Amino acid sequence: MTAAVAGTAVPARSWRSELRAARGVWRREVTRFLDDRLRIATALIQPVLFLFVLAPGLESLAERSTDGVALRTFMFPGVLCMAMWFSAMVSAASLVMDRELGFLRELAVAPVRRSSIVLGKGAGAVTAALVQGLILLALAGPAGVPYDPVLLAGLFGLQVLIAVAVTAFGIMVATVTSRAPTFNSVMQALVFPVVFLSGALYPVSGLPAWLGLVNRLDPLTYAVDPMRRLVFAHVDASDAARAALAPPVTWWGWPVPVALELALVLALGAAMLAVAIRRFGRAG
Amino acid sequence: MAPTSPSIEVADLTKRYGEVEAVRGVSFAVEPGEVFGLLGPNGAGKSTTINVLCTLVRPSGGRARVAGFDVAAEADAVRRRIGLVFQDPTLDLQLTAAQNLRLHADLYDLDRAVVDDRIDEVLALVELGERRDHRAMELSGGMRRRLEIARGLLHAPEVLFLDEPTIGLDPQSRAAVWGYVRSLQAQEGTTVLMTTHYMDEAELCDRIAIVDRGEIVALGTPEALKASVGADRVTLRTADDVAAAAALRDRFGLEAAVADGALAVHVADGEAFVPRLFAELDVAITSVTVARPTLDDVFLRYTGASLRDADDAPGRVPNLMQVFSKAGR
Repeated sequence: MTAAVAGTAVPARSWRSELRAARGVWRREVTRFLDDRLRIATALIQPVLFLFVLAPGLESLAERSTDGVALRTFMFPGVLCMAMWFSAMVSAASLVMDRELGFLRELAVAPVRRSSIVLGKGAGAVTAALVQGLILLALAGPAGVPYDPVLLAGLFGLQVLIAVAVTAFGIMVATVTSRAPTFNSVMQALVFPVVFLSGALYPVSGLPAWLGLVNRLDPLTYAVDPMRRLVFAHVDASDAARAALAPPVTWWGWPVPVALELALVLALGAAMLAVAIRRFGRAG
Repeated sequence: MAPTSPSIEVADLTKRYGEVEAVRGVSFAVEPGEVFGLLGPNGAGKSTTINVLCTLVRPSGGRARVAGFDVAAEADAVRRRIGLVFQDPTLDLQLTAAQNLRLHADLYDLDRAVVDDRIDEVLALVELGERRDHRAMELSGGMRRRLEIARGLLHAPEVLFLDEPTIGLDPQSRAAVWGYVRSLQAQEGTTVLMTTHYMDEAELCDRIAIVDRGEIVALGTPEALKASVGADRVTLRTADDVAAAAALRDRFGLEAAVADGALAVHVADGEAFVPRLFAELDVAITSVTVARPTLDDVFLRYTGASLRDADDAPGRVPNLMQVFSKAGR
């Protein structure tokens, strides 16, 4: 018989205890994130650089072709996606560090489903991405995007969806790579190409044939496009500017509906999350 | 014997990794409230055995039950009843002591009404009450280990696994850890299974199993094991070990073992043997020590190698009963 210490018996697991475990892991992630002010600040450097340094810098070159729309306004939705993507990568790296530093073992032996741990970890990563996303949304005005509540709510909704999908991708890469150096090199190889090929920084029509094809294969393309269409529905731009700067993504000439794009992003996110959960136990 | 079932029951347990058999048919039982030690060099299979018992690794063969549940078939029931302190640190260094414990409470779904009190209680047990809101990274190595022990105890496990709990700690912290293990046993009746390759630490266990190359070579209380050697160990350094070993064989019928660059023989009455040694051995003797049997002798006796040679761990000061020393001729 064990000397039962009052109230410390570990109950059988239930959906409620799983939820609590996931929330505990989430809280840990958020505590670490909010604690790391430097990360919050440095994560904003690149998006701000693109919006307020690169875009105005290129403005003079682009003036004739943007039909009066500021380049930073054009780039705003792409930069929002890029920020989600970068943040998810940093969070995924923290999962790799958890494994390297041994903390994952504390999670691995707990009487909790792997999926609860992965979901808690993912929820923490999504929260971190959204904190940065909100700060960037606050910069809409200076970027020439109106503070329209409907627009901002819509953009935030899209950010949630994108954050979930890219976080799932990051966690999957973290669980399938066995060592930190492998993870780092995979991420180094992916982080910029995925952004550059997605059309976050340029319109997706009139690309050279090979680039058009690769662009359509980049999942981030289908996250940037709905966001850009939403922004262009709320800014003053001529029809010519709309056609030049925010053409819909097409498949062999067929404009892909926004709903299908979002479904695609969600489905990919769910599939990658499933792989991550399956792999997680073995990685621990 | 009381009809209580053992806390840990291991029968013919094996674990192979590809061609390598890390654990080869291990059997033992640990009674409730007992402090049981697995003693052996690195790579002997101690950690693998612990990993199987705490459900992190599936056994290749045999059976193991912990707290009454099968580790392979009822892993979840086992996990709820065990605490673990790993060989390598597993704290989140960025979180405070209390935050680390709170996350643990969430993972184990402890009653929220008592969590705060319980955190205070376990922190007090390991004398970290005042560090409650310090980040783990601000704590010394010894304090971190104590915090890990506190965390392992938070959910009042029936069985606590300690994998090399004092490795890398200074003597003071090691003594403190042992103090906690004992008070734990007294206060909460926890069964403790620990691995160690420190002999002086194994001496403090109620019973130990000596593990070598994946097998248990001896099992019993430290006293019984030492008594089973039945002889003192006489260690001598000589000018010519080969000649001395031959002479020991010819004159005294003793087979000398080479350990730590010296010759060791086991004789029934060590003190009485030394004068005869000087009288009859032709080889120059530089020093002689006589020691009562230690667990290292037990290890030597059952495995044919010194634990310190089998392992590269830093040597520990032997528990010498008497030292005879003499400068070379």
